[in-house]
Amino acid sequence: MDTASSRRLERFTRSERALHWVHATAFCVLLVSGLCMYLPSLAEVVGRRPLLKTIHLYTALAWAIAILLVLLLGNRRPLRATLREVEYFDADDGLWLLGQRTPQGRLNAGQKLNTIVTAVFAILFSISGFFLWYGERDTTFQNPNALLLHDWLTYASLILFLGHLYLTLIFPKTRHSLSGMTRGWVREDWAARHHPKWVAAVETADDEPRRAAPR
Amino acid sequence: MGGEQTAAEQREYREPVSVQRQGSRLYGRLAFLGLLAGGASSLGWATRVSGYVSPFTSAISQMFGDLLPVGGWRIYTISGSMPIFYPDSYTLQIDGLVRRPRSFSYDELLALPRAHQVSTFHCVTGWTVKNVRWSGIRFRDLLDLVEPLPSATALRFVSLEVPYTDSLTLDQAQLHDVMLALEMDGQPLSRPHGSPARVVIPEMYGYKGVKWLTRIELVSHQPTGYWEGLGYDQNAWVGHSNGYG
Repeated sequence: MDTASSRRLERFTRSERALHWVHATAFCVLLVSGLCMYLPSLAEVVGRRPLLKTIHLYTALAWAIAILLVLLLGNRRPLRATLREVEYFDADDGLWLLGQRTPQGRLNAGQKLNTIVTAVFAILFSISGFFLWYGERDTTFQNPNALLLHDWLTYASLILFLGHLYLTLIFPKTRHSLSGMTRGWVREDWAARHHPKWVAAVETADDEPRRAAPR
Repeated sequence: MGGEQTAAEQREYREPVSVQRQGSRLYGRLAFLGLLAGGASSLGWATRVSGYVSPFTSAISQMFGDLLPVGGWRIYTISGSMPIFYPDSYTLQIDGLVRRPRSFSYDELLALPRAHQVSTFHCVTGWTVKNVRWSGIRFRDLLDLVEPLPSATALRFVSLEVPYTDSLTLDQAQLHDVMLALEMDGQPLSRPHGSPARVVIPEMYGYKGVKWLTRIELVSHQPTGYWEGLGYDQNAWVGHSNGYG
């Protein structure tokens, strides 16, 4: 297939990409610093718990501030549209989650679910992390459940993260999607195969078609 | 290829991105709220469930060797590498306000009267290990050998891990279940657990229990240890310490 000449469709605006990369960067720093405190095999090699704790804590703070900044300063229109898209599931989405390859919109049902789970995990990580931080300052406030929740979230998000990396970096059919999150656009022929409802909607939109030049 | 949607569907489109509103429901929001509520409620039940599933999860974690936390222990150090214990050159020095300062080799420590206990270990970060079997030397037996002066009120513990120090009052060090542990769960202390000797005081959080112990100094005033310097309580009683007010 002649893919080089295929048109480019803008998939993610700058604000969406900023949100993604803020989250991704913070997640990686938090994961590495967290695992170095959590896994004995790593902790025995790396040590330096006070430093790791400081990194972990301030990364979490920076993450929250950066997310707020993107929401405040970014283009909220596409962010709101994405939120609506993620909130709604139709019959095709349901079938997709059951394993049928039904036509999908700009985000397929799995991607929507991943977005939801990621958001929930971020909130739960924050809540349980606050308990861990404050419980160490005031031990009357300690909640052993918070520690377990933080651990479980780590395992679950690590599995999701590895799956996400596989689909976006390795699996040949889907890895072109990375372009959408780095450069903002994907090839139309690829989009037509994976997100036909989206392509159809873009092509017939009354307003200006969202075909982006690279920027 | 992608253009074969129905014309009606296409004309519905008004959004900058594809949102298939027709026949769609707010299942995403429901999933979000449901997951959030379920996850947050685990702040009330996680420990109980963990008790039921731990036989399975510990079986899984054993497949990874010591990659995952085993038996609930987490290993914290303040420096970049754990001290290494060399049995031939190791000494435990006891000095300061004592009549007979002396240093003990590892073999000499092993020859001292031995005490055994089972106690719970509490970390200030929130994790707990129950029923740890310790074997070691009561401080009373150690102190009898060096004869503290009347002016001595506290023991300052110095770790091979620089700059970790901490302290206990003489009274605290002689509580019934406080010891200088040499063995844990039937084995000589491993390197992560502070080989060859660590302080065990179950009534207090673990940061008071200096690992890789190399020196005990008898002092007249309890000094500020490593963690106390970072704002942690001198008296780290489990369940009471680090409270404001």
